[in-house]
Amino acid sequence: MAEQTVTDQTSLEEKRYVTLNLGPTHPATHGIFQNVLKMDGEIIISSEPTIGYIHRAFEKLAERRPYNQITPITDRMNYCSAPINNIGWHMTVEKLLGVEIPKRVQYLRVIIMELARITDHLVCNAVIGVDTGALTGFVYLFQQRELVYEIYEEICGARLTTNVGRIGGFERDFSQKAWDKINKFLEEFPKVLKEFENLLNRNRIFMDRTIGAGGINAERALNYSFTGPNLRAAGVDYDVRVAKPYSSYEDFDFIIPVGTNGDVYDRFMVRQEEMWQSLSIIRQAIKNLPEGPYHAEVPEFYLPPKEEVYNNMEALIYHFKIVMGETDVPKGEVYHCVEGGNGELGFYLISDGGRTPFRLHFRRPCFIYYQAYPEIIKGSMLSDAILTMSSMNVIAGELDA
Amino acid sequence: MEVTEQERLVAILKERYDDQVEKVETIQEFLTITLKKENIADIIQYLYHHPETKFQFLTTLFAVHYPDLNQIAIVYQLHNLVSNQRLRLKVYLPIENPTIKTLTTVFAGANWMERETYDFFGVNFEGHPDLRRILNVEDMIIFPLRKEYPLEDQTREDKSDKMFGR
Repeated sequence: MAEQTVTDQTSLEEKRYVTLNLGPTHPATHGIFQNVLKMDGEIIISSEPTIGYIHRAFEKLAERRPYNQITPITDRMNYCSAPINNIGWHMTVEKLLGVEIPKRVQYLRVIIMELARITDHLVCNAVIGVDTGALTGFVYLFQQRELVYEIYEEICGARLTTNVGRIGGFERDFSQKAWDKINKFLEEFPKVLKEFENLLNRNRIFMDRTIGAGGINAERALNYSFTGPNLRAAGVDYDVRVAKPYSSYEDFDFIIPVGTNGDVYDRFMVRQEEMWQSLSIIRQAIKNLPEGPYHAEVPEFYLPPKEEVYNNMEALIYHFKIVMGETDVPKGEVYHCVEGGNGELGFYLISDGGRTPFRLHFRRPCFIYYQAYPEIIKGSMLSDAILTMSSMNVIAGELDA
Repeated sequence: MEVTEQERLVAILKERYDDQVEKVETIQEFLTITLKKENIADIIQYLYHHPETKFQFLTTLFAVHYPDLNQIAIVYQLHNLVSNQRLRLKVYLPIENPTIKTLTTVFAGANWMERETYDFFGVNFEGHPDLRRILNVEDMIIFPLRKEYPLEDQTREDKSDKMFGR
């Protein structure tokens, strides 16, 4: 944090203020964000965020890549819940192709997506704890995140940038080891989460620190196009899983928690309750898991089994065309949205009939709600600004695309 | 015959802005209306306040470059969270002078979306409070998402890969 006093040319009025560079790399911001703050003592008068430090031109890159090669791009956006991005993208392509997805695949996807939602919220809430000075909860919760990452490893082989699933389903069925790990997580996590709640939910210091800090009302939140837990904390019950169910979410019984003040405490509580709901959804999905194939029949996009590639001419052709990215996609224009960790994650895909998208636009919830940050922190303390940023769960990868 | 929600919506729009509507279509169950560029901000304001439509949530705003038409399309996606109805509006601008009225007067959230569109397509939003580049560096002179700027050719040979490996 570099401190710099204002020059003599500025008026006396201005002279009271100090310009403070918060970022680009600051340990408390959990990512590369720069904020130039104008401060009166410890009170923030105004702030000017600069973003784009890790911009990687995903929308341009996608215009050169075949559809299956875009999946790894998507998991580099919100890397705290990469599987939701992957599966959201797969569903967008399936919508364009008009593929019918087996019920079992939909349920397996729900399990993975809810696990991802838990890790996303878990990271956010653990970090809110750290920023208020409670490091203990962070350590406990991150051990549980490790368990989820081991589940990912068992399913797709990767941990952070998962690239899970394929267009049409999964590359392999869940192994017995994966189910064992999921069951182990379902058994252990609730205890830890309960302990974490005992630590913070009614903790006087934590409540004094978070209630009333970084608040936004529902009207402003809607005007700023907030979605996800941040909008729900302000009291608007909009959740894509309910408003426009995808992947069989209509089969599950869960509630949408809402807050009232839209402050740090409400965001924390909304995320906390959503983790419990996600656990309940996973249990329901496992209980009612239908039998059937683990992928849909889309030979143009789903790699055939390796034995068939060697012994079957058609499989060999499909294999070659998929690997070389030579499959043409029908013309069309689709918008598909999923409830990501931070809100409505939208994919707007325009295809002109070629092997790559003509245009692909990502609606990234982070990018859209981070612009309200200067308004939210105006007039608050510097320490509250740090807390607000972590409670909004601004992910640099999603912000900059 | 019963009037569907979508038909009613189009009727409301045509009531006041009949001459602005160019095309009404449904793409993948998504009502899409192509409009003329002149009154777009007024039309969205009208749909925002009209008691039967109340599109008070801007889902997304972005641009598409069509080099064959020499046009840039701006796509607005609106959402009524109460009735859960979605609407897509499209406006086509000429590539030589892509200028359109800003939407920041209606939605605060349009600010960065418009800055991003300016950054990548060079669309000039009239009346925008702070139209600067947002994700790219400030001294960039091109608008990279336009189709005339291809990604770097992977087969080029004039660059040495001795140091960095390509």
